[in-house]
Amino acid sequence: MKLTDFAHLKSLPGPEDTTRVVLPNGITVLARANYDSPSVVLNGYLTSGSMYDSDEKAGLAHFTASALMRGTQKRSFQQIFDALESVGASLGFGASVHNTSFGGRALVEDLPLLLELLAECLTEPVFPPEYVERLRAQHLAALAIRAQDTADMASLTFDRILFPDHPYGRSEEGYPETIQSITREDLLSFHQKHYGPRNMVIVIVGGIEPQVAVTQVQEKLGNWQNPNQAALPELPAIHPPEKMLRNHVHIPGKSQCDLVMGSLGPCRNSEDYLPASLGNNILGQFGMMGRIGNVVREQEGLAYYASTSLNAWIVGGSWEVSAGVNQTNLERAIELITKEIRRFITEPVSQEELEDSQSSFIGRLPLSLESNAGVAGALLNLERFGLGLDYLRRYPKMVAEVTSEMILEVARRYLDPERLVIAIAGTLNTAN
Amino acid sequence: MSNVIKVELENGLVIHLKEIHTAPLISHWIWYRIGSRYEKPGKTGLSHWVEHMQFKGTPQYPAGFLDRAISRDGGMWNAFTYLDWTAYFETMPADKIVLAMHLEADRMVNSLFDPQEVESERTVIISEREGSENEPLFRLDEAIQMAAFDRHPYRYEVVGLKEDLYRIQRDDLYQHYRTYYAPNNAIVTVAGDFQTKEMLAQLREIYGNLKPSSLPEVHIESEPPLSEERNVEISGPGETTYLRVAYRAPAASDIDFFAFTVLDSILSGPASLNMFGGGGVSNKTSRLYRALVETELAVSVYGGLQATVDPFLYPITITIHPRQTAEAALSVLDREIQRLQQETVPEAEIQRAIKQARALFAYGSENITNQAFWLGYAEIFASYDWFVHYVQELEKVTQTDIQRIAQTYLQPFRRVVGIYRPTTPLGDRQ
Repeated sequence: MKLTDFAHLKSLPGPEDTTRVVLPNGITVLARANYDSPSVVLNGYLTSGSMYDSDEKAGLAHFTASALMRGTQKRSFQQIFDALESVGASLGFGASVHNTSFGGRALVEDLPLLLELLAECLTEPVFPPEYVERLRAQHLAALAIRAQDTADMASLTFDRILFPDHPYGRSEEGYPETIQSITREDLLSFHQKHYGPRNMVIVIVGGIEPQVAVTQVQEKLGNWQNPNQAALPELPAIHPPEKMLRNHVHIPGKSQCDLVMGSLGPCRNSEDYLPASLGNNILGQFGMMGRIGNVVREQEGLAYYASTSLNAWIVGGSWEVSAGVNQTNLERAIELITKEIRRFITEPVSQEELEDSQSSFIGRLPLSLESNAGVAGALLNLERFGLGLDYLRRYPKMVAEVTSEMILEVARRYLDPERLVIAIAGTLNTAN
Repeated sequence: MSNVIKVELENGLVIHLKEIHTAPLISHWIWYRIGSRYEKPGKTGLSHWVEHMQFKGTPQYPAGFLDRAISRDGGMWNAFTYLDWTAYFETMPADKIVLAMHLEADRMVNSLFDPQEVESERTVIISEREGSENEPLFRLDEAIQMAAFDRHPYRYEVVGLKEDLYRIQRDDLYQHYRTYYAPNNAIVTVAGDFQTKEMLAQLREIYGNLKPSSLPEVHIESEPPLSEERNVEISGPGETTYLRVAYRAPAASDIDFFAFTVLDSILSGPASLNMFGGGGVSNKTSRLYRALVETELAVSVYGGLQATVDPFLYPITITIHPRQTAEAALSVLDREIQRLQQETVPEAEIQRAIKQARALFAYGSENITNQAFWLGYAEIFASYDWFVHYVQELEKVTQTDIQRIAQTYLQPFRRVVGIYRPTTPLGDRQ
């Protein structure tokens, strides 16, 4: 594909085929039709994420989200799921740092049901005491399983060290002692303070007329008000690590260690994002996990996986390399990865590498947007980060305009091989 | 399903095509009838390792060339090795797919298996296995399969035993490759935005000249029925107890498979057929969730029937509540199974299972990669008709069928009960 050949991308979602309406109570509704599909996908969020959690009650936003479907003023837990599962529909809630997110899917004829359940769970959950306790046990069991998962623990440790005293460094799911301390009253109060229509977004994509979808949302959620909904909080500033910071979480009886290393990355709205994203693709994604995959897996056979990721959020982000390696290969893997990071901030990527990644970013749009879920996810991101409904149409040109100098500049801004966070989880062999 | 055609070329290659014009994409798959089912003791893991070597290049397309070419075009590609099959796929913008066909035809016969690459991949695969060994349920699964089959190769995990991964040599791999990678042992499936006639002509040109091989006669020992319940227990780090009960199940081509699918949906929740996209439906109103999770004996439960060539297993996996025991959960599981054996399932529960299957079917049809996957997968163990008529077959299932399935298959003497017990002492637990 020539980088200037964007004609076939006209079918991507854009302003004229996406409906966007802001209801009087503040809910933004986005809808796009896909008449080939007999089903609909519903996605969205409220701004009631774990950024409101205290250290003592870490996991409260997540606990609240997971308890919404345990009973409402109209229906019991079994009635809610009976309604959903009987028609093969699904609905679920979860919390991230900024948001409580929801997602669901149903055959087109069952969209009113899905919206009705969404509205009930969001606006009138009752948090039945027995279900709060049942959920607590389930959360504690999940945390015990997490404590044994080397990839989860490496990632958790990385975030904790990279983002000290910041919601980005705290687990959204909480910790055993904080989950123990959360009460039903905490859930009720979190719901009253933080759940409301202001800043809420709903996306509906599938075999339905957009205007009909908007009307259905208006019917079910248009009257929702919460005068007590708290304002968005000011989050603390984020600073890059001042030196190498390394931590090994010992988990006995594991065959393999998981390694996460890296530093800060740009936030999603930053001008640095796109150059960093292309650079990240070259460093550890393109083809078989980019330069790092090539060295660690293909050349030295040290790991089944070794790749990079750029995680860009609202006030900051992280730029990470992850790998799963046997402990005997750990130092060698760290050495090779550090060497690649050093090279990445020393010399510009080649024109060939840049064109490969640019072509890939533009070429993969149709594949990423083939399904209702793909389109819904893309629309949700456009809204969340204020990118504009014409973003996907502008995107190919923006990608093509990134230069290797721009990539080098952002790489230097964020990655310093002398000041990385290195988190490892696995069995620490004391004999070594 | 008039838009689906099946053709067999002179060299034995079977081709399945399905035109879908919803997006400018094509998904191209090649399936080989080779997997752990065809492996011999001492050489387990050969098929999976061969799959890895297929990404290491040919004289025409050196390693990395295709990664680059496909990624550049915004495509997606991968490969899977399973019990009964190995499959490779590429999903790409419609005007680029011809590259994938050339690649697959080329690496059906021309892969290099460079000795140095074989050695480098040995450690990669051992690393893949060690990553799995970190998971309690992988270790439990391995022990259960070993106990459930005495002779049949289904007794081994696809990745192979670690000792075999140290033992296997380059020539073992190359011979396995040359024996089983041939047009008369393969199925090509293509779904997406093309014209059938043109696509067929193109495939004929690219694959038509490949020479068929003389495939060895497949002799797989059939597994005698179990005569009594078997038990395996393993222990390892952590705080969580897992119970997995695996019953000997029918093959996918067995007519009982459909009634078993409905039974599974009622017992443990609806299972999705979709490998790519579509998502699932929760199981919170299933009988086992109500009996085990709602009563706080467990924190989760799921089941899953797998479509296989030979009879394999129907596992039910239960994560035990921190204050409960595997034994208590097992007795409730037994009670629920007895209920299925003794009492007629209400017709409404059957109808619900069918509606769920219909919805899951609809969700999966949005995705072209998924469509091409099903063209091949169903062909491996039955035929594409199996998939086309899937929902209709479920609709025929009766209350009597469900009871008969429960009475036939879900007997204690047909199962392995596996328990993973955590070794972290209670006092040290969080």
